[in-house]
Amino acid sequence: MIEVKNITKRFGDHLVLDDINATFERGKTNLIIGQSGSGKTVLMKICIGLFEPDHGMVTFDNRSFSNVKEKYKNDIRKEMGVLFQGGALFDSMNVEQNVMFPLNMFTDMSYEEKLERVNFCLKRVNLDGVNNLMTSELSGGMMKRVAIARAISNSPKYLFCDEPNSGLDPITSELIDDLISEITQEYNITTIINTHDINSVIKIGQTINFIHKGKLWWSGDNKSVISSDNKELNNFLFSTELTKRIITK
Amino acid sequence: MLKKLGDYLILMSQVFRKPDKALIFRKRLLHEFYNLGYTSIGIVLILSVFVGAVATILVAYNTDNPLLPEKLVGFSARQMIILEFSPTMISLILAGKLGSQIASEIGTMRVTQQIDALKVMGINPANYLILPKIISCLLFIPVLIIFSIVVGILGGWLACVLTGVITPTNYVVGLRAWFEPYTITFAMIKTVVFAFMITSISSFVGYTVKGGSVEVGKASTRGVVMSSIAIIVSDLILTQMLLI
Repeated sequence: MIEVKNITKRFGDHLVLDDINATFERGKTNLIIGQSGSGKTVLMKICIGLFEPDHGMVTFDNRSFSNVKEKYKNDIRKEMGVLFQGGALFDSMNVEQNVMFPLNMFTDMSYEEKLERVNFCLKRVNLDGVNNLMTSELSGGMMKRVAIARAISNSPKYLFCDEPNSGLDPITSELIDDLISEITQEYNITTIINTHDINSVIKIGQTINFIHKGKLWWSGDNKSVISSDNKELNNFLFSTELTKRIITK
Repeated sequence: MLKKLGDYLILMSQVFRKPDKALIFRKRLLHEFYNLGYTSIGIVLILSVFVGAVATILVAYNTDNPLLPEKLVGFSARQMIILEFSPTMISLILAGKLGSQIASEIGTMRVTQQIDALKVMGINPANYLILPKIISCLLFIPVLIIFSIVVGILGGWLACVLTGVITPTNYVVGLRAWFEPYTITFAMIKTVVFAFMITSISSFVGYTVKGGSVEVGKASTRGVVMSSIAIIVSDLILTQMLLI
């Protein structure tokens, strides 16, 4: 379980996050949603330690992650898998080397054991047989799936996904959503997903936190999100022409 | 300026830490020996042989006087190559080649979040990426400079054989005249300092890039310019400190 307590963050005079409190549960897909510029990426970066909060703290299973020495942070980071928006695959390495990288760094497994684990992870994301492809040879959806394979290769306890569907077609988006959801339940991971994809919200939002103007505006799940009478949330959810037409019908 | 210097020192304090895994560090070090050192041998040798030849012809032209012994040409060419041409000029050439290579490689990793990916895995990215580059250059660039000295002197001899500005025998006599081994030590001290500046400054410039591909290009140029200025300034300081 990951807890975010009283998180406040400013950049200069601009208050980006204002006293955010949230709990992200184990074995569930926890979504952070909101408009671009609402502060959700900053919140995720605070959770993974790329930004320090001005105030407040983040805990991982009651272990503090804010304002502690880098060594303690790194111990917790070794239990994390992170899927960046652009994949952030190492472009000097091929697919196999990318997925094997965390195993090389943090385990004493033999090459055969590591290769077996890599092949298992690639198969899990429906990408077997692409071991020798360079990252430049992959499509957007394949890149995301390789990044997921790399994120889960060292059996993480916590999985962070920043805009996993961005730049993908609806069918591939759904595939990625399904994959993240299955992995979360299969390995009992605490998963946090940053998204503004409405399909993801409805489909895999087991807990949803809506950030608006730097504040935690609404919390709930994918059942209650549709029936909410929160004006800002409804404006965000039903802002597209498609959803407006469906509602009118 | 002071903030940049502070950021540079902070980065260096992160670079000089114990590597996360010794085996991986050794592999990366070998990779950088090849990537930064071995691939530079060709350009260093080609430049050195020609500049050695030109330096010899120029000295011969400027000392064309019956009162001056011919062996002075070999002596002057040797001193010029050992004291200045090989350590400084070749380091400036390497600042162009390696500086842009390092700054653009690390800068691209920064803007594509690969450095963030390393950090959130619990790896010290500065140590993982920069330390092997610095160590490999500190060890390999002095070897390149020794090659350059040898080939530069050989280039001077070839100039004598091919153009006849002086006799090759007098050139060799001049090479052996009044030799002080300290000049080699001086050249090596300068080289090590320059090698550290090239790698650490261009790594810093790449590591602190913000933006996209345009900024990476600018960082690459900035890495070369800053390394070159640092080399020239420290050349003056070191020459003053160590020779006079």
